Amino acid sequence: MTIILDRHISENRWRAVPDGEFDGGLPSKLPDAVIVSLADWRNHGRALASRCKVGVRLAAGDDIDAIAGDLGTIELVALEFGSFTEGRPYSVARLLRERFGYAGEIRAVGDVSRDRLAFMERCGINSFELREDCDARGALEAFDEISVVYQRAADARAAVASRRA
Amino acid sequence: MYRYDSYDQRLVEERAEQFGEQVRRYRAGAIGEDEFKQLRLRNGLYLQRHAYMLRVAIPYGLLSSRQLRKLAWIARRYDRGYGHFTTRQNIQFNWPELDDVADILRALAEVEMHAIQTSGNVVRNITTDHLAGAASDEIEDPRPYCELLRQWSTLHPEFTWLPRKFKIAITGASNDRAAIQLHDIGLEIVKRDSGTGFRVWVGGGMGRMPVIGKVLREFLPREHLLSYVESILRVYNLMGRRDNIHRARIKVLVNSLGLERFRDLVEAEWRQVRDTTSAIGEGEFERMQAYFEAPDYATERPTDAFDEKLARDPLFADWYRQNTRAHKVPGHRIVTVSLKAPGVAPGDIDADQMDGLADLADRFSYGTLRATHDQNLVLADVAVADLPQLWRSLVRLRLATANIGTLNDMICCPGLDFCSLANAGSIDVAAQINERFDSLDYLYDLGEIQLKMSGCMNACGHHHVGHIGILGVDKRGEEWYQLTLGGSAGNDAALGERLGAAVAKANVADAIGDILEVYLEERTEGEAFIDTVRRIGIVPFRRRVYDDHSRSTHQRESLASCA
Repeated sequence: MTIILDRHISENRWRAVPDGEFDGGLPSKLPDAVIVSLADWRNHGRALASRCKVGVRLAAGDDIDAIAGDLGTIELVALEFGSFTEGRPYSVARLLRERFGYAGEIRAVGDVSRDRLAFMERCGINSFELREDCDARGALEAFDEISVVYQRAADARAAVASRRA
Repeated sequence: MYRYDSYDQRLVEERAEQFGEQVRRYRAGAIGEDEFKQLRLRNGLYLQRHAYMLRVAIPYGLLSSRQLRKLAWIARRYDRGYGHFTTRQNIQFNWPELDDVADILRALAEVEMHAIQTSGNVVRNITTDHLAGAASDEIEDPRPYCELLRQWSTLHPEFTWLPRKFKIAITGASNDRAAIQLHDIGLEIVKRDSGTGFRVWVGGGMGRMPVIGKVLREFLPREHLLSYVESILRVYNLMGRRDNIHRARIKVLVNSLGLERFRDLVEAEWRQVRDTTSAIGEGEFERMQAYFEAPDYATERPTDAFDEKLARDPLFADWYRQNTRAHKVPGHRIVTVSLKAPGVAPGDIDADQMDGLADLADRFSYGTLRATHDQNLVLADVAVADLPQLWRSLVRLRLATANIGTLNDMICCPGLDFCSLANAGSIDVAAQINERFDSLDYLYDLGEIQLKMSGCMNACGHHHVGHIGILGVDKRGEEWYQLTLGGSAGNDAALGERLGAAVAKANVADAIGDILEVYLEERTEGEAFIDTVRRIGIVPFRRRVYDDHSRSTHQRESLASCA
């Protein structure tokens, strides 16, 4: 599977583990990097983190405070878009970057497609697991369609007001 | 008015190109139907009963003559020669072809206009007092703050997928003409010794669950405007309901949490945001305010011709009394251009009228116009000496119907004729009322009555806050109409009370006639309709419409013959 990472088409190196797969205990052999649900992180996070890289997947509505104390060990946060119009992960991404100073990878997963990528990126999401019907190469064009931004967000782009001043 | 710089210009041009590309990919099957719907909505494009409808933003209702001429050109080229002004100071075109829309957006960009965020679950057009800058009761001109908010909310990356649409209105006058208590956020300019700020209202709105807004904060210093609005929107974006479209507005969140708890959440968020976001600098306020400086009003000219016209021409005198009002500068009047001529759908204007009006704006009102939330237009800065000439020109354009503030100056949504949400027609009911009460002398005797009509409970016609409200409902495939009395959108905001069971379409004007009869019988010297309703309550009106049938039928006949 390919993803877009920092505006480049890249090979995905993370394995997304379905919720509850580790309920019977951790397997003897683990991939190098796994993304687990918030519940699995609560139950197995410490043990997992000693053996491989761990990312946590937040469903829309999951409480960000639940992982706030662990952001030093979590190397990736995946934000789930349950639908095209799901809007909560945009706020969560900004909070992760701006309030909690999170510097790891933030990945959009689920219903992720070209025409929202620029918004997601501005909120601090830097990797994108595109829906299967999406053309990744075409999607790269989405980031620069609008070159003017009117407000400060989680990215480095300067809002127009500060450029005018 | 505000003028685009190269940044603003580039944004609207790029947005038009982006949409053109999205249409191309949609046509090619690369974007699905549901997804395309969300994209087009955020560019103001609805799919209605018969065709697409494009809603063009008129930020806080302010329009230049050049922009109006472009709207006329668009109406001729891409529509059927007319446009429709809405209740949120925007204009709609009812018949564009999908493949033309990007070209329309390009044409709009040429005159510093766009259709961004005029629909969809986003921050919509910021609305304000249509008399801003000209009204004598103004504390401070709200438009610089409107423009700051317009820019900040445009393509906001975090708030483009809210649980539901989000409407913000600002007033800077002591009389609220922007219905701020009926908006998701209402901002009221307040001056203190420490400086200018806002009283912040939240959670008002109409729709199927009408609520009057509540005061969230008594005083917000103006430099924190954007950070505070950001905090409100973030709490709403994260906590507002998304499982039920009818429970998704911020008013539901405020009511379910309770105002205190909601306030605690917003204030806690704001304390964090305030410290990491730079406040709006004084220079930015000054830069914005410079765009809205008052025109260099011409020195007062002799008004002999005007005085004579006023004394001798009763038609002109009617128009002067009904359609013009005091201006803060002596020797000037604010002129309302009525888009409520009999036989025309309220808010409709054709391309020739737009062109003609643009010329009049250039000649008599410094080249600018305003759209009002009650679907008229305003020439805000007219010299008294020019009024006779302006009036003659407006008469020729059929834009001088002297009915502002009367029963026939009604707010009306497009209803079943156009809208796919509507349950019932509203334009034809407006016509029915217009025909019944076509005697101007009768209307003048009634005085100010705000009649507001919606073709469904989404309440685009603001029926909840009409002195008389009319709501179209569907009963087993038939159109029926629910009446309310006593609503108001001003400082004394109130929701109308239901009169009784819905009436059949053919009987709407009869029922209105009954209500007016009761008012004429009961009013005290000089008492306005709304005040009589408040004083005597709804029962006498209810009794006349529903109980006293034989008597009211008799009086109806005599009323019809004198009308």
